[in-house]
Amino acid sequence: MNHNYQKDISGCGLTGLISKKRRRLSGDQIVKSLCLMNDRGNGLGAGYAAYGIYPEFKDFYAFHIMFDEPSIRWSVEEYLKANYHIEKVEEIPTFPVKAIQISPLLVRYFVRPLKERIVGEMQEEDFVVNSVMKVNSEIDGAYIFSSGKNMGAFKGVGNPADIAEFFRIEEYEGYIWTAHTRFPTNTPGWWGGAHPFTLLDWSIVHNGEISSYGINKRYLEMYGYKLTLLTDTEVAAYMLDLLIRRQGLDIPSACLVLAAPFWKNIDAKPPEEREFLTALRQTYGSALLNGPFSILFGHSNGLVGINDRIKLRPLVVAVKDDITYMASEESAIRAICPAPEKVWAPRAGEPTIVELDKEV
Amino acid sequence: MFKSLAPPEYIADIDREKCIRCKRCIQNCGWSVYSWGGDKVLINTSKCVKCLRCYHYCPEEAITIVDNPTRFKSNAYWSFNNIRNLKRQAETGGMPLTGMGSDQKYPILFDSLLIDACQVTNPSIDPLREPMELRTYLGKKPSALSIEKGKDGKARLNGKMPPQIALKLPLVFGPMSYGSISLNAQKVLARTAKECGILMNTGEGGLHEDLLPYRSNIVVQVASGRFGVNPDYLNAGVAVEIKIGQGAKPGIGGHLPGEKIPLDVARTRMIPVGTDAISPAPQHDIYSIEDLRQLIYAIKEATNYKPVSVKIAAVHNVAAIASGVVRAGADIVYIDGFRGGTGAAPSIIRDHLGIPIEHALAAVDDRLRQEGIRNEASIIAAGGIRSSADAAKAIALGADAVAIATAALITMGCTTCGKCYTGNCSWGITTQRPELTARLDPEVYAERLINLVHAWEHELKEILGALGINAIESLRGNRERLRGVGLDAQTLDILGVKPAGR
Repeated sequence: MNHNYQKDISGCGLTGLISKKRRRLSGDQIVKSLCLMNDRGNGLGAGYAAYGIYPEFKDFYAFHIMFDEPSIRWSVEEYLKANYHIEKVEEIPTFPVKAIQISPLLVRYFVRPLKERIVGEMQEEDFVVNSVMKVNSEIDGAYIFSSGKNMGAFKGVGNPADIAEFFRIEEYEGYIWTAHTRFPTNTPGWWGGAHPFTLLDWSIVHNGEISSYGINKRYLEMYGYKLTLLTDTEVAAYMLDLLIRRQGLDIPSACLVLAAPFWKNIDAKPPEEREFLTALRQTYGSALLNGPFSILFGHSNGLVGINDRIKLRPLVVAVKDDITYMASEESAIRAICPAPEKVWAPRAGEPTIVELDKEV
Repeated sequence: MFKSLAPPEYIADIDREKCIRCKRCIQNCGWSVYSWGGDKVLINTSKCVKCLRCYHYCPEEAITIVDNPTRFKSNAYWSFNNIRNLKRQAETGGMPLTGMGSDQKYPILFDSLLIDACQVTNPSIDPLREPMELRTYLGKKPSALSIEKGKDGKARLNGKMPPQIALKLPLVFGPMSYGSISLNAQKVLARTAKECGILMNTGEGGLHEDLLPYRSNIVVQVASGRFGVNPDYLNAGVAVEIKIGQGAKPGIGGHLPGEKIPLDVARTRMIPVGTDAISPAPQHDIYSIEDLRQLIYAIKEATNYKPVSVKIAAVHNVAAIASGVVRAGADIVYIDGFRGGTGAAPSIIRDHLGIPIEHALAAVDDRLRQEGIRNEASIIAAGGIRSSADAAKAIALGADAVAIATAALITMGCTTCGKCYTGNCSWGITTQRPELTARLDPEVYAERLINLVHAWEHELKEILGALGINAIESLRGNRERLRGVGLDAQTLDILGVKPAGR
């Protein structure tokens, strides 16, 4: 049985930005924004995710893997070699930071699944998801913490500034950035527990505690997901993968599942919309994320910010030129964009959906 | 006549100083405990069942009913009831019957489970100030919703959802047939179901025409006796339930003694007056799972595809059975634990067959998830739900809704005396004697039952609020919010619940 786990609880601060015109922005801005919210974390976890950072390898899945012991690396590589074409392997460049004494071995692989390994009706993405699940749940001490194309997550135990310096975040350039600082209350003090959480192109930073975790987890397990990271955030990431990629919901509909409207509001809608919203809740009741949260989720085509259905955690959005900012606090936005054209606090359950312009 | 060597269970006593000889006790007792002796009330205490009707209706509070202090020599192994039953069997050669769910000392898992609450890291929600949603839909759900883009670019439903039954809260009344209970008792259930937006269930005794105004809140049942079943009946309610088994008497059929079958019951059941209505143990057209499938689809065809519920008793292999039931096409699986009530069952069956609902529910919910078919049917858990806390725990273990029956009868006066099979219920519930059933005014007692449902509704909302969730679907199957106290590792494993402190 799969119920005897210790769930991780944490409070946090988050921030993100997106350039609709796909202008690649250096990481220094997001670091500055996150560091302003130092008091929302306690130095036990911070992380960054960026899209558009590996243009030269954009057709390969970028696996970022952490190894508790260097020796574990070889069993993972054995598995990868058997299933993937490996275009490039390198240790993720880091910089020595005084505050970070101990770190796992961090390696990135640019890979493509071997065609002959994908059998039947399986999609390439399913294959990659299965690999991530397999390594993370079956190979002790190895963790694939990033598996998308032309994107990557960088995270660890430390405060936002130290983690940024350690991973040399300022050297990356991306058109979508998300970042997170963490205030865990019962952390295992483990690098894998920091945000963002990612799966394929999905990345999630999350502030909150999902009080419906138990059923969300069991629901996902019914569809073959293995929840190994013991945090709420993992649930959100996999839920989006299930709803959008595997079941074909569009992003607005998926948001209506995660933060479902109240029945009294659904009942007041015109018949067609009412029927649709009712069916969504009937079908996806177990996917409703109940309890306080604000979430930013990045994907290959955009960035979405969303609150829980009664807004129990903060989220502020601002726009300036082609850039949309989303953060826990307005000050974190103004730290890098002092004069936004528009600033607002989205209402409970109301998603802010920003899509990138089509690639030219 | 040989005097029974089974001592009376209770001693009824009247304080002669207080007694004003008003004879209300004689009038109220359905068991003929009291009679008039010319100058005083006489007492035949061996007939007393401790239903307390006389106690409540004595204007002078002159009556006391106590457990018989005269016991056999105390023995930690041979209990009073063991010895008493042996003596009764020696005298009658029969199976002692009983009513109600089992009253034996088996562990009660509900009492070893505690519910979580929020502190600091996530806020609790105040149900008096914030919306708190209990609405529940019973029925098959698709695994994934098929959507399409409308002209306005907005997503909309592509196709139709399978039929769903809306409940205002995750509660229904368990099946209790006309015959086992009085028509007035059924009317109390029907009125309450309509008022509270929930469901009552006809049980296997057919549908009396007086209940037709409540049809949108009625489930009609088809059991092995097929009493009162015809096409109109199948179409009368919002769903049809096939009764395979009952928690109190798994593996055996219903027993309605002829004493409880006057003309009106006979007409509703379509059987002769005064004959025992003994339902066959199995349904004789269901000897295997594929037969069940045929009956499910025959009923669906006959009702233009109304949801079909299948009620099974919680037996050892319940998870595999429930999985088969779901695969056979049931929209709802109703699981009745061994504590579930009955109007009449042999004590030996009631007290020794089946398993508790807590284990059964956990095992079924797990199995359906492992097989990826949990969405294919709703689960109703029944069999000893005593409070909204039991209901909340059952929902957290995986039920979509719970069913209550005994709890509902208690609001009508029932004191769980367990003598339902005699047809002498002094409260007018499990009797067809007109002078007794007339006591149960449907209007008056519906108000009490509605109060109960509203009280549980408030309590469930308080529990959700303390859990920091505002929709019942976030509690359903959320075993993470339960902890076990004093349960062994294997039981915790079966329940999928962590021990308190973890």
